[in-house]
Amino acid sequence: MFALVDCNNFYVSCERVFNPALIGKPVVVLSNNDGCFIARSDEAKALGLPMGGPAFKFRDILEKNRVRVFSANFPLYGDMSSRVMATIGDLAPEIEIYSIDEAFIDLGSFSRFGLEHHAARIRATVRKHTGIPVSIGIGSTKTLAKAANRMAKKNPGYEGVCMISTQKEIIDALATLKVDDIWGIGRQWNRLLETRNIRTALDYSRAPASWIRKNLHIPGIRIQEELNGHSCLRLEQVRPPKQSICTSRSFGRTVTALDELQQAVATFAGKCSRKLRKEGSVASMLTVFICTSPFEEPHRKYRGTRTLAMPRPSQDTISVIRAAELALASIYREGFEYKKAGVIVSGLAPAQSFGRELTLFDTEAAAGNDRQKSLMEAMERINRRYGPAAVRIAAENEDAWKPNQAMKSAHYTTGWSDIITLGG
Amino acid sequence: MPGILDGDLLVIDKALDPKEGDIAVCFIDGEFTVKRIARTNGELCLMPANERFKPIRITEANDFTIWGIVTYVIHKAR
Repeated sequence: MFALVDCNNFYVSCERVFNPALIGKPVVVLSNNDGCFIARSDEAKALGLPMGGPAFKFRDILEKNRVRVFSANFPLYGDMSSRVMATIGDLAPEIEIYSIDEAFIDLGSFSRFGLEHHAARIRATVRKHTGIPVSIGIGSTKTLAKAANRMAKKNPGYEGVCMISTQKEIIDALATLKVDDIWGIGRQWNRLLETRNIRTALDYSRAPASWIRKNLHIPGIRIQEELNGHSCLRLEQVRPPKQSICTSRSFGRTVTALDELQQAVATFAGKCSRKLRKEGSVASMLTVFICTSPFEEPHRKYRGTRTLAMPRPSQDTISVIRAAELALASIYREGFEYKKAGVIVSGLAPAQSFGRELTLFDTEAAAGNDRQKSLMEAMERINRRYGPAAVRIAAENEDAWKPNQAMKSAHYTTGWSDIITLGG
Repeated sequence: MPGILDGDLLVIDKALDPKEGDIAVCFIDGEFTVKRIARTNGELCLMPANERFKPIRITEANDFTIWGIVTYVIHKAR
């Protein structure tokens, strides 16, 4: 069985941990440059403030309801994410960090009847140790776990944990799940499915496989199989959604030395930045994880995860690698046999609004994509040998673009000068 | 709070369950404060700094939270 652990309104919950007065009040967090809503408390959702909505359009609602508005504080969210993931990792044998606020875990080794109990324990522990509320969905496939998670979130009666395992539970769940809320189904597919009158996940699970194969190909078939309880997606096999990009790999042999890990992580980071450029996105946060085999003896087992805020949103190879090296250095422990490492970039935003990097990497790229690529690769090689800043792009000027973040909370967990001060 | 001076740095463990004698960081009336936890009549209470005030009983329904337990107090020597 798989479980998806998902933090509730994650960025808002991070703000609330260090400012409990926000609990029960409408709260929103704005994107870089204070543009759009990227997180909303339940109270803010109830006011009709939409995800991605531009803040200026909703000024009246914000003011009238005294909504507390925050600029994105990625150093805080990244650090809290590391804490949440580490806590989940302690309680689950195998974990796939899927995004800054979601993790899949394989509950295979727990008996079926203990599953909900164990999930409730994970939920309570994460809440207590980090202050972050999470919801957990359990199902026999990742797609069903995702659907169950949605139910756990929507229905307070579940107390944050929902398992769909019997045939009846699965059918009931799928009947209430709209097609475009199925994991992996995008807008275009949704439109196509509508023309066939496939509106719920149940419709989809019962649609003729031949039609799906013809129109939605293998990924579509895979989703249908998963909805029908046949697991096709193992832990860590799926490409994360566009909100984050992950590059990770299991090593063919065990790796113990830091410089070998550095090389692997730098390579993954380089891949992530190339994917970012391809998608025209910049990343605000970066996560590095390293781990030993989950089957090691407890004292030989280690998993390190670190999420950092990028100095500024970036798609540039050098910045991404530099952040990855910093993150790696903070989690590396000597004496363990590492089996796997990965890099995740998240907090993605379109590159258009981020100034000068574009002239170097996007417009010119159209003229000479290959030249661009070999330039980046040459730079990576030089920097790997002579240190992360041996060569860099002159346009990388920290002061050139300062985001407008007027309402940012303190770096409670990452800056000594920002720790909370207590009264008497 | 005895043992804690102005300007001291507190190390807080959120994972611990509160028990008698602990020093806790609490969130009360919109502010973080430090309180000692005591047991009276079998119930855990927060002891206010000013002895003229009554201890606050710790129950589920209270509108304050125990944010974390203080495990170390670091005092600046210069």
